[in-house]
Amino acid sequence: MANKQKKLLQGNGACVEGAIYAGMTVYAGYPITPSTEIAEGCARELPKLGGRFIQMEDEIASIAAIIGASVTGRKVLTGTSGPGYSLMSELFGYAYMTETPIVVVNVQRGGPSTGLPTKVGQADTMQARWGTHGDYNAIAIAPSTVGECLTETIRAFNLAERFRTPVTVLLDEVMGHMREIIELPEKGDHEVFDRVKPTVPPEEFEAFAMTDNLVSPMPSYGEGYRYNVTGLTHDVKGFSTNRTDETIQKLDKLFNKIEHFTDEIFKSRVELVEDADVVFISYGTVSRAALQAMQIARKAGAKVGSIQLYTIWPFDYEMIKRATKNCHTVVVAEMNMGQICHEIQKVLDPSKKLETVQRYDGEIITPMELLEKLEEVL
Amino acid sequence: MSDANQDSQQAAPKKKNKHDFSENNLPLNINLSWCKACNICIALCPQQIFEPDRDGRPIQTRPADCTQCTICWVHCPDFCITSTVK
Amino acid sequence: MATTEKQKSDVMLKYLRPQKSFPSVWCPGCGNGIVMGAFIRAVDKLGYTNDEVAMVSGIGCTSRMPVYLDFNSLHTAHGRALAFATGVKFAEPKMKVVVITGDGDALAIGGNHFIHACRRNIDITCILINNHTYGMTGGQGSPTTPADALSTTTPYGNVEKHFDPCDLAKSAGATYVARGTVYHYPQLEKIITAALEHKGFSLVEVIANCHTYYGRLNRKGDAPAMLEQFKENSITTGKAKNMEASELEGKFVIGKIHEDAVKSEFCDEYQKLVEVQKGK
Repeated sequence: MANKQKKLLQGNGACVEGAIYAGMTVYAGYPITPSTEIAEGCARELPKLGGRFIQMEDEIASIAAIIGASVTGRKVLTGTSGPGYSLMSELFGYAYMTETPIVVVNVQRGGPSTGLPTKVGQADTMQARWGTHGDYNAIAIAPSTVGECLTETIRAFNLAERFRTPVTVLLDEVMGHMREIIELPEKGDHEVFDRVKPTVPPEEFEAFAMTDNLVSPMPSYGEGYRYNVTGLTHDVKGFSTNRTDETIQKLDKLFNKIEHFTDEIFKSRVELVEDADVVFISYGTVSRAALQAMQIARKAGAKVGSIQLYTIWPFDYEMIKRATKNCHTVVVAEMNMGQICHEIQKVLDPSKKLETVQRYDGEIITPMELLEKLEEVL
Repeated sequence: MSDANQDSQQAAPKKKNKHDFSENNLPLNINLSWCKACNICIALCPQQIFEPDRDGRPIQTRPADCTQCTICWVHCPDFCITSTVK
Repeated sequence: MATTEKQKSDVMLKYLRPQKSFPSVWCPGCGNGIVMGAFIRAVDKLGYTNDEVAMVSGIGCTSRMPVYLDFNSLHTAHGRALAFATGVKFAEPKMKVVVITGDGDALAIGGNHFIHACRRNIDITCILINNHTYGMTGGQGSPTTPADALSTTTPYGNVEKHFDPCDLAKSAGATYVARGTVYHYPQLEKIITAALEHKGFSLVEVIANCHTYYGRLNRKGDAPAMLEQFKENSITTGKAKNMEASELEGKFVIGKIHEDAVKSEFCDEYQKLVEVQKGK
């Protein structure tokens, strides 16, 4: 432990370290504040490792290029922010439909449109779930420290590979630019999951075979399987179909391969909720303030707990139900006009009060603001 | 088919044929199940060996004139035509 | 449909997907099939294995082609084929990456990716089938629809000007540029072969017939008639050299238009960079 290399890193830099640890070898991206350090880090580091960095002509091309690289068997990453994330929306759908593992880091800024490029926001939370058209299921995770930017990026790659799906890492401007000293992990410290490859001979291979866990083994281009990848609704062999039964099967697969494994994907940090009268619910940068506010309140004798969501999507409604059963008030804090609070509302017992602390002015939510809200509701 | 096309084809002198094709020894295999009756082979054949059947698909009515020039099979958009000559 | 014994020996069958049923979805006489034949025979001539070829397409009639072929096929989103292909080639440079695209796909929605793929000079062969219209959506005007031509979105004649994809590719940095038509088959197969062999970004523009929409709306007749017009209206690059621009109005200049064997290729250059930086 003592000998581990320590580094002063930004959240964006920690994402690069995490991605490289997870085995990312191809990055395609387009500069956009406040995510650009991810691209710059990859441009610098990947050639040294024999990997590849390319700056594409826009964000659409960036996500297209990493999907193309992913089907050749590489682990791939792109980093962006709101406007770029919006541009990527269509091809997110393509990656969902074709079940191609990719990881996208969205360093959120104020929106909509060009908005507040250098300021913080968390208003892409719903976009990470519903950004592209059609029915599908999404995975999005949100770290709250620079160290977690590294470990959660590793987890994002593991989830992408395990579930053959795009994964969004939701950072925000503060998270991306904040500097902390972190320990760099060594080989073996964290599990690294690689996609499951087919073992059947090519003539028996079905590219989108229905398996027990609904994830089909994925060959790389050039390995002899020569399957068809298409954004059209397709059958198990990968050929387009209009049949109702095959359409249902495909969409159910896309949805359930994630939904049925929510327990495996969901990650949260639940603190002191057993005896709490008030529970904070937060994610990303805001969780830092929530934890601090909770500690201050506890010292003062107030019974306050905290739920930090590391996995935003899929949302674990049951867990929220369980963790809020003893409190009388829930305070959902987020840097937007109210997004995840609606998910909480869906499952919160009607006898309990739902309060919110929201900022959408480009500034972070401070512990003091949460304590003020606490005074109101206690 | 345009008139100009007709004229140019009729003006072309018929080449001497080194093959010995006949009704019983057809120059071409035509996979009619893939044929969409687009008329390209019939129109482009410089020797006019085809005539359309009732559905517009090619019948080799003048097989002896075929010179194996390749025009019909390379222009067939549905890969229906192959040569019987190895 | 079942194939005959005779056909099994045909070169086409080596490359058509056994799982797909034929004939294709294309209209009777569609030029796409002729280009597909030329492409297959070129691949066969060069001795590529099915496994080493990745065929990438976007959306449109043309873009349905990879689905029928027994290669690694990537049927992507409208306009994005070259961006996907860039990812495939860059990640796996030993693959032969071919993009098959149409005029709307490559030049309108995908115009940005088109010029940047040319600029990078990445070793991709782009076969652009230009039928002067959007076929799949029913005959709308495209970036190559000539001035005054009719389409369902230019019902009173096209007031816009059209692109010359070959000029565009050349000035954007492509290192092999050629144009053919579906009428001039031997030349078409030859330039596709040359484009595949070329190291760097190669563009083959193929003038093809959409008699169903473009032809019908502009009274150009059926498939054979349109092929005949391509014959009449084509001028070889050699002859065109000595002709005035006004004489070339409405004509298709066919043959090799540009070749640069000196300019370095993108993946090679990046590999050189990797060799220098590796382990540092």
